[in-house]
Amino acid sequence: MKNFSDNHTLFIKKIKRETRIVWAFRILLLVGLLSIWELFARLNIIDPFISSSPTKMATTLVELFKENNMLYHVLITLYETILGFIIAVGFGFIIALLLWWSTRLRKILEPYIVVLNSLPKIALGPIIIVWCGSGSKAIIFMAVLIGIIVAIITMLNGFLSTDKDKILLLESMGASQLQIMLKLVIPGNIPTFISMLKISVGMAWIGSIMGEYLVSKAGLGYLIVYGSQVFKLDLVMATTLILCILATLMYALVSLLEKKLVKH
Amino acid sequence: MKKLLELKNVRLTYQTINDEIEAVKDLSFSCNEGDFVSIIGPSGCGKTTVLSLIAGLLKPTSGEILIDEKPVEPSLSVGYMLQKDQLFPWRTIEKNVYLPLEIKKINTTENREYALDLLKKYNLLPFLKNYPDQLSGGMRQRAALIRTLVSKPRLLLLDEPFSALDYQTRISVCDDVYNIIKSERKTTVLVTHDISEAISMSDIIIVLTARPAEIKSIHVPNLEFDSPLKRRESKEFGVLFEKLWKELN
Repeated sequence: MKNFSDNHTLFIKKIKRETRIVWAFRILLLVGLLSIWELFARLNIIDPFISSSPTKMATTLVELFKENNMLYHVLITLYETILGFIIAVGFGFIIALLLWWSTRLRKILEPYIVVLNSLPKIALGPIIIVWCGSGSKAIIFMAVLIGIIVAIITMLNGFLSTDKDKILLLESMGASQLQIMLKLVIPGNIPTFISMLKISVGMAWIGSIMGEYLVSKAGLGYLIVYGSQVFKLDLVMATTLILCILATLMYALVSLLEKKLVKH
Repeated sequence: MKKLLELKNVRLTYQTINDEIEAVKDLSFSCNEGDFVSIIGPSGCGKTTVLSLIAGLLKPTSGEILIDEKPVEPSLSVGYMLQKDQLFPWRTIEKNVYLPLEIKKINTTENREYALDLLKKYNLLPFLKNYPDQLSGGMRQRAALIRTLVSKPRLLLLDEPFSALDYQTRISVCDDVYNIIKSERKTTVLVTHDISEAISMSDIIIVLTARPAEIKSIHVPNLEFDSPLKRRESKEFGVLFEKLWKELN
């Protein structure tokens, strides 16, 4: 261990203090909002029938897991989201590589990608349902459709902005295009890949929940729609909360992967 | 003596949609084994283009480029070093240095040992497992030079290899690189816009005209010292500097 001066100790103390303050306010904000919500609901300042309340949400959550098979709905949605995510990311990566590889292919497909990117994918919902039926298949298809275009565009931009001088260096060594791809373009774009994963996590959730809104017999999106139709706002809020937690967890997993992969 | 590099009436014309640009016009020169050749010229005169031609990355529109009396192609015979070190940040120094061996599919124990010898000789062995961002600019440039040397090229091509460094580092790295090249007895073609760099390192200086590049003059410094740092102090240095500076302007 190096011996630091008192100034350094002071400096570290300051940083630690700042972190503590930030965390304290974060928690305070959450607790404050929840208490105001609870208080207003109890005092009937806001209608608890429409707005639910934190304690009611909590009891609903417990009940849901105990009696109503919440875990089943969670797993269904997780299955659809993760599968949609993996397919979108996998194919997005491969298609982006192909487009990097062949300039001609890229030029040919460019207008189609632009159109697909600007098209609101939800508009294709009815067609997808007709094609894929009303099960998980349609929902996964939706998740893939929403995710894949962004995945392709993000990856392709990364591939195309590979340092020209580094390509030149490899070419001067007599490298083939395959070698340039394997030694430079792919390893050099791991940070791009991670940011693509982060965007795709969000996209996959949008896709699966949208899909479930349109057509489903189970899943979190289904519970939310069902809850709003029968005016069980406790159910809607509790399910939304679970959704928040799951999406955050998935994002955190990607961040963890980033720490493992991106070091230099 | 056998010519190591020979350019015969090399001409290069670029095609763009709106224009046809004559970049290199009738360039001929040659150098012997062990020579250190510098090419200087006004900016944008196509110095880098000349290097790309010698590296075999560009095909001349007409004329011939021979290395060891054979037409060039990007291969074992040429080692190219660019402005920035271009070390891959995700590879350790060791893996960076092995890169040409991997690309040329000559990643043998023997060649790896040669690479390690070079790293040891030039004091980079302690940084084997470090990543480029943990090294100073000068050390990185030395690592880049060793990467260029590991495939035992016949000819080294340096494209303004010091211009990305600050002045202090540039002078010492210049000395460093020169000593390594001389002790490995490599033939070198250096492209630079820095007149003093050219004078302090070269056996032959070729001055190019503005585009289309043609040879304006050839100088042989013949300074008494054998170190760029000391050469900078010699009397002839100033005289030659002035002469070249006038030619370039």
